[in-house]
Amino acid sequence: MRTLRLLGIGWLFHFKMIMRSAFDGVGQVIYPLFFATVAFFVFRAGDSPRTLLYASLGAAVMGMWSATSTTAGSAMQRERWQGTLEALVATPANFALILLPVTIAMATIGIYSLVATLLWGRLLFGIDLTVVHPLLFVLSIPATVLTFGALGFLFAVCFVRFRAAWALGNMFEYPVWLICGFLVPLTFFPAWVRPISWILAPTWGMNAIRESSLGGSPLPDLIMCFVLGSAYIALGFLVMERLLRAARERAALSLT
Amino acid sequence: MNSFRLFFVGGLTSYRALFYWLSPTIYIPSLIVAPIFQILLFAYIGRSAGLQSDVFYVTGNAIQYAAIPCLFAMSQTVSGERYQNTLHAILVSPANRFPLFVGRALPVMGNAAFVSAFSFAAGCVILGVSLPAGSIPGLAVVILVAAFSCTGLGLTNAAVSLRVRENAVLSNVIFGFLLIFTGANVPISELPTWMQDVSHVLPLTHAIQAARDLAAGEPFSDVTGLLATELGIGIAYLAGGLALLRVFEWQGRKHATLEQL
Repeated sequence: MRTLRLLGIGWLFHFKMIMRSAFDGVGQVIYPLFFATVAFFVFRAGDSPRTLLYASLGAAVMGMWSATSTTAGSAMQRERWQGTLEALVATPANFALILLPVTIAMATIGIYSLVATLLWGRLLFGIDLTVVHPLLFVLSIPATVLTFGALGFLFAVCFVRFRAAWALGNMFEYPVWLICGFLVPLTFFPAWVRPISWILAPTWGMNAIRESSLGGSPLPDLIMCFVLGSAYIALGFLVMERLLRAARERAALSLT
Repeated sequence: MNSFRLFFVGGLTSYRALFYWLSPTIYIPSLIVAPIFQILLFAYIGRSAGLQSDVFYVTGNAIQYAAIPCLFAMSQTVSGERYQNTLHAILVSPANRFPLFVGRALPVMGNAAFVSAFSFAAGCVILGVSLPAGSIPGLAVVILVAAFSCTGLGLTNAAVSLRVRENAVLSNVIFGFLLIFTGANVPISELPTWMQDVSHVLPLTHAIQAARDLAAGEPFSDVTGLLATELGIGIAYLAGGLALLRVFEWQGRKHATLEQL
């Protein structure tokens, strides 16, 4: 119960903070709309059988990843700048349980981006959202948010020793957009790219949202989201333990 | 002589001090890796949508990505001074504003041209795009002109940074507009008429078109008109940026808001 309370309060607290940040709250919602607009124009002008709704859903999930990648990469760096990292690490609570709701809150901002992109597509390009499996569609969105948050958590942990962690997080924005099938089917890529796509949960989150909307069987995708999300969190906990121990031994937590 | 010193030495010193992306840990992910993935992203979206060839996206995105170093580096010339509490010292100095700010723009332009040329070459190699050998010197000129005109826009962005706190958000928004309006990924003819009109007064639009023409094998003499227009647009933005800097500096002094964070 204590753990759930910590996760819940942490999520709410950080969600409110992000909402008040111009860069994370406003910028990360508006910025993907530019890419969505380009995608709409490209698909409208092209001769592909893929529909504008296909592009709209992909562009909407692109925004969810944007809200997570850069900010999650620098989640621990931000605590470092604010001088709160040492205090948080010193608390009796497991630090991973403090960091996890931060990245999930960042991914939650992505829901704004998702809604904004779908509305943008509807109002400016006349793209109607048809949902074949409404219940599974509604389930797919929080599942995707949680897996994005879990992947962001793994990023935050892995980048803890980098001062410019935001730049590394930012660097992963385009590659995930590209190889997770948001706007390009995986069959377009060389065979060696596909296994990389499969171990990235956004691929399955995107599939779940798209299949529940356009028709298909999103349940296996949702199961993969759950499996990969759990794996990211477990791996993040393990890496975090090691990194924090090493940082304490070398007194290098603040990277000064 | 003082103005020359301010232009070259002052410009380079402030660039090295204020453009904090020069650290390899930021420079490589942001200005080497990211533009290559932007090219790949749109080239594959183009393939998926069945619109245009790879060379269209390589030329468009390699040149359009010059906007990132131009916009961010130029805005940091103002916001960086503000964060380090040195903006007031700069603005009370009797230094001529033209060499002071345009000198800071010169290294920005050089860097933008490098980023653009590198991503152009990398995009061609990765996607297997081959260009006519004779087009390469012309493309180098196009990249330089594009970097110049975008630096002009960057100077305007720097001026606005005297009034806007969130210059990173502003720079991203301008970058997004350029992504749509310059025809980097969508043929200008596919845009609504009002967007086409806007695209003609933006930096990069004509440079991108010139680069595509050269890549298609047209002689350099055929794109000189486009380059002259691009150069003119760059000069207009540069002049506008200097004028805005004057206005906002004066307003900042009047309202005591120069260092308001």
